[in-house]
Parts: sequence; structure tokens; C-alpha cells
Amino acid sequence: MTGVRVPRPVLDLRGVTKVFGAGDTAVHALGGVDLVVDRGDYVAVMGASGSGKSTLMNIVGCLDVPTRGRYLLDGVDTRRLDEGRQALVRNRKIGFVFQSFNLIPRTSAQSNVELPLAYAGVKLAQRRERAAAALARVGLADRGHHLPSELSGGQQQRVAIARAIVTEPVLLLADEPTGALDSRSTSEVLDLFDDVSAGGRTILVITHEEEVAERAHRVIRFRDGHIVSDERRAPRGAHAVVTEGAA
Amino acid sequence: MNVRESARFAVRGVTANPLRTALTTLGILIGVAAVIVLVAVGNGSSAAVRESLSRLGSNTLTVQASQGGTGGRAGGFGGFGGFGGGPGGVSSGTQTRTAELTLDDAEALTDATLAPHVLRVAPRVSASSVTATYDGATHTVSTFLGTSPSYLAINDDSVQKGEALTAEDWTGRRRVALVGSTVAEDLVGGDGLDVVGKTVQFNGIAFTVVGVLTDKGSTGPQDEDDRVLAPLTAVQDTLTGYGSLSAISVQAKDADSVETAQAEIEDVLNSRHHVTSQDADYSIQNPTSLLTAVTSTSQTFTVLLASVAAISLLVGGIGVMNIMLVTVTERTREIGIRKAIGARRGDIVGQFLLEAVLLSLFGGLMGVLVGLVGSRFEIVGVQPVVSASSVALAFGVAVGTGLFFGLYPANRAASLRPIEALRYE
Ligand SMILES: Nc1ncnc2c1ncn2[C@@H]1O[C@H](COP(=O)(O)OP(=O)(O)OP(=O)(O)O)[C@@H](O)[C@H]1O
Ligand SMILES: [Mg+2]
Repeated sequence: MTGVRVPRPVLDLRGVTKVFGAGDTAVHALGGVDLVVDRGDYVAVMGASGSGKSTLMNIVGCLDVPTRGRYLLDGVDTRRLDEGRQALVRNRKIGFVFQSFNLIPRTSAQSNVELPLAYAGVKLAQRRERAAAALARVGLADRGHHLPSELSGGQQQRVAIARAIVTEPVLLLADEPTGALDSRSTSEVLDLFDDVSAGGRTILVITHEEEVAERAHRVIRFRDGHIVSDERRAPRGAHAVVTEGAA
Repeated sequence: MNVRESARFAVRGVTANPLRTALTTLGILIGVAAVIVLVAVGNGSSAAVRESLSRLGSNTLTVQASQGGTGGRAGGFGGFGGFGGGPGGVSSGTQTRTAELTLDDAEALTDATLAPHVLRVAPRVSASSVTATYDGATHTVSTFLGTSPSYLAINDDSVQKGEALTAEDWTGRRRVALVGSTVAEDLVGGDGLDVVGKTVQFNGIAFTVVGVLTDKGSTGPQDEDDRVLAPLTAVQDTLTGYGSLSAISVQAKDADSVETAQAEIEDVLNSRHHVTSQDADYSIQNPTSLLTAVTSTSQTFTVLLASVAAISLLVGGIGVMNIMLVTVTERTREIGIRKAIGARRGDIVGQFLLEAVLLSLFGGLMGVLVGLVGSRFEIVGVQPVVSASSVALAFGVAVGTGLFFGLYPANRAASLRPIEALRYE
């Protein structure tokens, strides 16, 4: 696109439209979004409630499909993926962090973090090791055996981040990850994101908070299903030491 | 993801709600235990019947009157076990068109030249609804048989105390009786042996008890020690009147001559009754025909019991399905999370299917345990005989039920769209 020889973008959305329902009650959640995100970028998506941010993230995360338009993830057209391949993409390329943590109840932090590895077919011993390392990275090395109900919101969100990064995905998607957290937990989570970004991963974070957007390198604003502004605040991969070959 | 992984998730799912798991399991448990116990009861009762038939002797034949013209020897086994007599006894003795077996018929069968292979003959009449009274105690006798002294030898009976019936009792039309231990115990209490020598009223007619019969044990629900034997002559004088005999018991010389003896009996009776084998007015039961009839009846019985049990197993399976549907609904969000982090359709199906199978497997194992323990006790007078195939079948069906009834909920879970599952409240 720019003439500079950049590697293929992680995200490439072209005219992505999402319509919920039909006829009079149809809701145009996304009205033809074009968006390219390069590898290693750290993007914040902002906008009023109902402007289509979550809808965008669900499509980007292969949890939902666009009504119209094309979406290439890491160069692969997602419309060509069958259900099984979509699951594979979610498992290998994407890590999710949700506002409501979404840990599996009655299952220890360690097991929660191991889960994506289990679905990836990683052997038990290696899985243990990698999950423990991920927990250590989010500062919860000693909480592996705790159940989600025994952890604070901030701790739960950090477990969720450990689970999202344990498979070393190219793309980390976070939908209002700090929405349910106090300012201290928020800054802990944001520090982790900086860390992940510095590791060369691409991050797309949806937020209402200026504090969160400040950390990002690029801020996109939404209104009524359209991008209304796209502002770069720091060069792509500002934290990154190495950006290529990390995935 | 491998099966062990799915199994771990499944175990976690099952143990998360122990009470619910226990209740669901109970349905399967009851079904499996019911199959095992009821089939064992069926087997046990047919084994008991067969045993009592073999005790009856392999060389005994029973001749019974049948409706004229319907003939054949394929008659049922009305007085099965050799007791119980014909329907309604012979107390009325005046039914028309009913063929009669007479004392003369019985007498004719003892003819050594016409029926050389016949060893013993015992005519039988049975009196119905006989109540025994002694010193204020009463007992309703289930089998009251008037017969000849030879009956004891034919039926392999003996007395444990007192005297057997004698030829003089017969000719003297003496009002004497032998009682089974059930009757004796009811009348005089204790082990009942004190009844010997006492005078007991049978429907108001006094008989002197001369002996107590040796115990026969019971055949299924029928207590074979609940009986009274008396000389046929005296019974006709008092209780039944002089109508047709209920039956004639015949003992062949040995097991090998049963067929020949049966042919001889047919010859004698055909000529006496002026009938042919085609329109015979009597039927002869030999041990083989009796065994066949009993076996097929008890098979029907067993199948009936088994199908009742199978229905309860089905109900248990529906319980598993019900709880799995609830589980899937409850854990919709969890399914969404799993899908978001890369679970494939097969992973989800595997997890929930395994959970269903685990429930039924556990229920099945417990059911086998309960069934085996339950089969050790006597049930309605029958000692159950467990058959290995019924255990295997019940267990297999239980697990199969889990698979079958788990399939739908598991598929439903797996086909949830990730985004919808995640949004589920
Ligand atoms: N499953 C759905 N069915 C119907 N309408 C939907 C569905 N999901 C979203 N919408 C609609 O699409 C529009 C965009 O919703 P979306 O969740 O993307 O907003 P958002 O920007 O994430 O808002 P918020 O900041 O409150 O989370 C809204 O009008 C919403 O009502
Ligand atoms: Mg939203």
C-alpha cells in the first residue's frame, strides 16, 4: 500500500459490513470498514457505546463473520475457512481478553492457562511448563492452583492475559480489558500489554478510557459503524526490539 | 486434543455437581439393577420348576381328562408339578361333555399283560377349598389330594414321622390323612410333628393324621408342603363325591420304557373310551412335554420381566439426556469461551459425550453391584439365578444409552456459534 516494502499486514479488512437482523429492525453495526493493521502495531479502538467496536472485534477474532466485505487475517481470507480451520486460527493466531475475564469456572488458573495448549495438542509436561511460565509473566506464579472465584478481578484478568498469550499468538484482541478494573489493576494490565507489544505481537484493544488509549501507538475512533479518525501517536513497534520472526 | 484430555474435562463436569450426578446416576442404576435382578428371578423360577420336575421323576406320566374330541397329547400342564388337580377339582362331577377318567380306567392300567411297562398307577382326585381345623387353629389347604398308597412311591414321597398310607386304609375307606409340614405347623405350631395321631377337621369332616410328609421345598411361589394326602376312597365318600378322577399318575418301569408305557396306556384307554388317538378325550403328559411347556412358559416370563426392566433403563437414559441438556444450557458461556480459545467441534462433542457416558457408566457399575447383591436374596420365594449375559447386556445397554442420549446434547453444545455462546447470559 505504501510502497515501502512492509511484510503482509496482520489484519486487512476491506468494506466489512455487519448487519444484525433484517427488514425494518435491521441494525447496521458496521457500515463498510476498511482497516489495515501491520504486524507489531498496538491499536486502540475508541467510540461511543453501540458504535460497533465489539462487533468489529468479534469479526477480527473469527468469532463472527461479516455480512459483506473481505477480511484477511495474516494474508488468509477468513471466508474460505471452514469451522475447523476457524477454530485452529483462533487457537494459533489469536488471543482474547474480555471485559468480564471469561475464565472457566471451577477450574484452576493453571488449568485455564493450559486450556488453549490442550486444544493445540501440546503434551502435558510441556503444557504445564509453558502455562506456569505465562502465569509467571503476569506475576501470578504462586496462584496457579487458585480457582477463579478465589482471585480478585485484576488477578483474574491477568490470568486471562496469560491464557491469551500462552500460545504466542500474532494478535492479541482485548475488548475493554480494564472496564471492570480499578486504576491500579488497570495500570498492571496496561504494563503487561506494553510488555506483549514489546515482544512484537500485534494488539487491538477496545476501550473507553483515555488512559488506555495513551499507551497505544495508533488510535482509531468509531461512530455509527464507521471509522471517523485514525491517528498515529507513536511509530509502529515503538517498544519493539525485534518485530519479525517472533510469531 | 486427545481422549484423556476430554475425559479430564468430563470428570470435572460430572464431579462439579455431585447431588445432580448422583440422582441422574440413580436412574441408570435402578434400570441396570432391575434388569439383572428380574432376569435372575425369571431364571431362578424356571430353574426351580425344572428341578421339581426332575424330582417328580423322569419316568412318571400323568393322564388327564380333556374335552372330548379336542384330543391329542399336546395338552397344557394344568396340574403342573403333578399337584393341584384339574380346574375346579371334581367336586361338581356332573359337567356334561367332559370326558371322565374313572377308577376302572386306573384299574385297567395295572393290567400286567395289557400294560407290561407300567409299574405303578395312582388315581387322583383333588378337593378344592379345603379348610383344616384343629383345636381352634385353621389352615386353608392349597392341595388336598385323594389317592392310592402307590402315589407316594410314584411321587417320590415319604413320611418323616408316623405311617404312610396302606392298602387297608384304601379298602377300609379309612378317614386318615398325611399332611405336609406347612399344614402341620399351622395347625399345631412348633415343627408340626405333634399333629401325628390328632384328629383334624377338613371342611368339618374328621380325619386322623397318621403321618407328616417329608418336606419337598417350594417351586417358585408354590409351597409344595402345603398339602394333604388321604385315601381316594375316603375323600370320595366325604369331600368330592364319586365323579371323575382329576388325573391318574402312572410310573413306568424305568426311564427308557416311558414311551412304551405311554403307548400302552393310550391303547388301553382308547379301547375303553372307544376313541382313537386323533379324537382322544384325555391327554398324557410325559416329563419331556411337561419340561418343554414349562421352559417355554418360564422363558416368556423372563422376557416379560426383562422388558419391564428395559423400560426402566430407558427412563434412566432419558434422565441422562435431560440432565445433559440442562448442563449444556448452563454451560453455554463456558462452551463459548472454549470455542474462542480454539476448541473444535469434536473437542466439545467429545467432552459432553464423555460426560454422559461417564454418568451412565457409573450408574451401570453401581447397578451391576446392586443387582448382584440384590440377587443374593430370595425374592417372592424364588432364589434368583444371575445370568452373566444379562449383566453384560444391562451394563452394555446402560453405556450405550449414555452414548445415545448424550449424542444430542453434545451435538447441540458443539454446534453453538461461538459468539452467541459467549453472549449467553
Ligand atoms: N447479536 C446482535 N443482534 C442484534 N444487534 C446487535 C447484536 N450485536 C450487536 N448488535 C448491535 O450492533 C450495534 C453495535 O454493537 P457493539 O456491541 O459492536 O457496540 P460497542 O461499540 O461494542 O458498544 P459498547 O461500547 O457499549 O460495548 C449496537 O447497536 C448493537 O445493538
Ligand atoms: Mg462492546
